[in-house]
Amino acid sequence: MSMLSNMITIIEDNWLLLLIGQYPNGPLGGIASTLILSVLGIVLAFPLSVLIALARLSQWKVLNWPATALVYIVRGVPLLMLILWVYFLVPLLIGDSVPGFVTMLCTLVIYEGAFLSEIVRGGIIALPSGQMDAARALGHSHVGAMRYVILPQALYNMMPSILSQFVSTIKETTLGYVINVPELTFAASQLNNRLLTKPFEIFAILAIVYFIVCWSLSELANQLEQRIARQRLGDDQSGTGMLPPDAPKLQGAT
Amino acid sequence: MKGFDLLAVLTHPQFSQMLLSGMKMTLIIALGSWMLAMSLGFVLLVIRMLPSKAADQMVAAYVSYHRNVPTLVQLMLWYFGIANILPAGLQTWLGDHNGEAIFAIVGLGLCQAAYFSEDLRSGFRSIPPGQDEAARALGHSYLGAMAYVLLPQAFRNALPALVNHTVSLFKNSSLAMAIGVAELTHAVKEVENLSFRVFEAYLIATVVYLACSLLLMAVGAWLSRDPASAEAS
Repeated sequence: MSMLSNMITIIEDNWLLLLIGQYPNGPLGGIASTLILSVLGIVLAFPLSVLIALARLSQWKVLNWPATALVYIVRGVPLLMLILWVYFLVPLLIGDSVPGFVTMLCTLVIYEGAFLSEIVRGGIIALPSGQMDAARALGHSHVGAMRYVILPQALYNMMPSILSQFVSTIKETTLGYVINVPELTFAASQLNNRLLTKPFEIFAILAIVYFIVCWSLSELANQLEQRIARQRLGDDQSGTGMLPPDAPKLQGAT
Repeated sequence: MKGFDLLAVLTHPQFSQMLLSGMKMTLIIALGSWMLAMSLGFVLLVIRMLPSKAADQMVAAYVSYHRNVPTLVQLMLWYFGIANILPAGLQTWLGDHNGEAIFAIVGLGLCQAAYFSEDLRSGFRSIPPGQDEAARALGHSYLGAMAYVLLPQAFRNALPALVNHTVSLFKNSSLAMAIGVAELTHAVKEVENLSFRVFEAYLIATVVYLACSLLLMAVGAWLSRDPASAEAS
């Protein structure tokens, strides 16, 4: 029980550090930084991932080969190694030192871009080929068909997977600790260096906080997945195809 | 910055030695935690198949914890936290026996076991129920039907996911660096600090990691090839 009361005392004394780091006396850190980093990472990685997915599906080798190589390299190399590369290369390229937050964000955009592109590609492949044929028959160009017919459906169906990838991103931001990015893990380790005597309690708190955040988002992804699966089933029965929930249904459809 | 020279690192006696022992440690950690994860994954699966709701919920909680807490945080909890509340005798023994590596293997293994058991479970779900009934009707016990009829099929169905997670386990072995294990990424950082040849050091490590990952993916693709075409050839 003393362990539990120790943990409560630590949280009572240091909740602000875990929440926002040393802000406003230092850079924003803690869980706020973790979440901002994850949201920015996935939002910026998203357009990149769509481009990579389209390039991988393209019949032009100039597009297909580099995109495929990029995805395999990123999938085959540890994220930690990628962080070290960005940490080394980005200052060389722009000729100035870069804050850890930016280094981590660049890494996440590349890493998540590659992983998300596999999700997007899977979503496009999973659509019935009649969708593309019909869009072309209606007079869309290949690009137009992608833009107005294929991608909106694929991305809608892929929403749960994208949310799961967001959870992975949150977990991956912890690696920023290695290059001293101010985020939640870094804050906990600072706290551990200051208190020295309660490492188990501090890292248990850290694990619990991550668990609460990631578990809730994973549950949300599961619910979303079930809802979309139900919707697709219902839509297929009524013959309206895959439509977003607010789309008008055909008359008489249940 | 010095000019690019890969051989300056590769043929340097001290640096090449550091990289080699780093690779060895990476392999030990990856292999050790893989074996732990795979055996524990099977055990978790069998427990979950038992007709007990409590057992099912316990395994579900285990899986949920290990999937929703970042692997690095799990390793830190093991190395900085749990190591600290172990009995003093055990702490000394671990200190004498490369405790960092042991905690890395245990931490990574227990974490990946959750993923492996889930992969196997979805492999199981895709087996038609008639298989179990037929095996039991032929006189197999619960465990016999499991071992000879159900698990081999579940394993085959789960293979693509297992291969993917094996690759991530291999890549995650680099996280052991954060708790001070002298594996490949750690060795590369050391070489970089001593030689100032950052580009060369990172390139070597990247090529090694990439080669191993691609090899694992290729073996996975070969193992999960269509059985019909494999028999025909």
